[in-house]
Amino acid sequence: MCGAPKQGGSLAGIDLSTQTVIQGSVWHDGAPVAGAYVRLLDGTDEFTAEVVTSPEGEFRFFAAPGEWKLRALAPAGKGQRVLEAETGLNETTVVLE
Amino acid sequence: MSRNDVLVTVDWVQENLGQPGIVFVEVDEDTSAYDGGHIEGAVKLDWKKDLQDPLRRDYLDKTAFEALLSSRGIANDDTVVLYGGNNNWFAAYAYWYFKIYGHGDVKLMDGGRKKWELDGRPLSKDAVDRPATQYSASEPDLSIRAFRDEVVAAIGSKNLVDVRSPDEFSGKILAPAHLPQEQSQRAGHVPTAINIPWSKAANEDGTFKSDEQLAALYGEQGFDDSKETIAYCRIGERSSHTWFVLSELLGKKNVKNYDGSWVEYGSLVGVPIEK
Repeated sequence: MCGAPKQGGSLAGIDLSTQTVIQGSVWHDGAPVAGAYVRLLDGTDEFTAEVVTSPEGEFRFFAAPGEWKLRALAPAGKGQRVLEAETGLNETTVVLE
Repeated sequence: MSRNDVLVTVDWVQENLGQPGIVFVEVDEDTSAYDGGHIEGAVKLDWKKDLQDPLRRDYLDKTAFEALLSSRGIANDDTVVLYGGNNNWFAAYAYWYFKIYGHGDVKLMDGGRKKWELDGRPLSKDAVDRPATQYSASEPDLSIRAFRDEVVAAIGSKNLVDVRSPDEFSGKILAPAHLPQEQSQRAGHVPTAINIPWSKAANEDGTFKSDEQLAALYGEQGFDDSKETIAYCRIGERSSHTWFVLSELLGKKNVKNYDGSWVEYGSLVGVPIEK
């Protein structure tokens, strides 16, 4: 399966001692953005994965420790954020401009 | 075969909604996308529930494929226009699948569901019910499907194109990063494979790059036109996207999709792996 599981919600069943979870929400004008396309790019800016945000504006990736870039795309605009992820839970926010 | 024979724009789709003889088909793994709103009149195919054999790891046999298309109201002489989420990964897989079973006129909507949504085009929640047909499929065309022994034999001789992300190719991660990284197979890639991620063939809105850009991309990455080609990814849907680019857009000959892909190869006992 390559389709994304439901975005956001509970972390139940996810082993945070082995998984590197990058999750958060997309915001615009002070409100979460549902249906935004969020992609995870690796240290060389190459595409690694893409998900669509939940009705609450949430996204979640399972990556590896290291530097990653998040890029969000929606009819309302684009946003970007770079982060250094570690094993466990890494939470962040991407704001559309 | 050229771009215009196999690809339609979102504008074309919007202008041709409701036209007799054209069936729009949304292909997703997660049909909640379709259920939450789809292109008006489009029928759905669920990648997993509809397109996979329920018991063995394989696609549907000819009889089951005929029953599926008949139930969706798709006729042999219909123009089938496929689209879906994940940058058309699963729609491209379905395109390859329709070609395996010899469907005459099948196309992809460039950019898929993402382009349609980003443009703010209308989606419908109305149930779609097409009258059943009597679909008749051809025997599977195995000239576009590769099996594991062929992949092992291709090491060092054919173009082996690994279309996964660089981190999957190098073995840093085992699956695309929207999925949990808990897999049983070994990490790495088939020796002598070249890594040309599927995503390099697409623009950010999910549309395919131009023929000129695509031709330059594969040339630069060491693709040898004089050799036969096998594309693979993890389960065969991203490599369908690249198979579509190589075979249908660029018109390269002897291109096969290895749908067993890394989930199969990385589990085989004794085969060579590079990291």
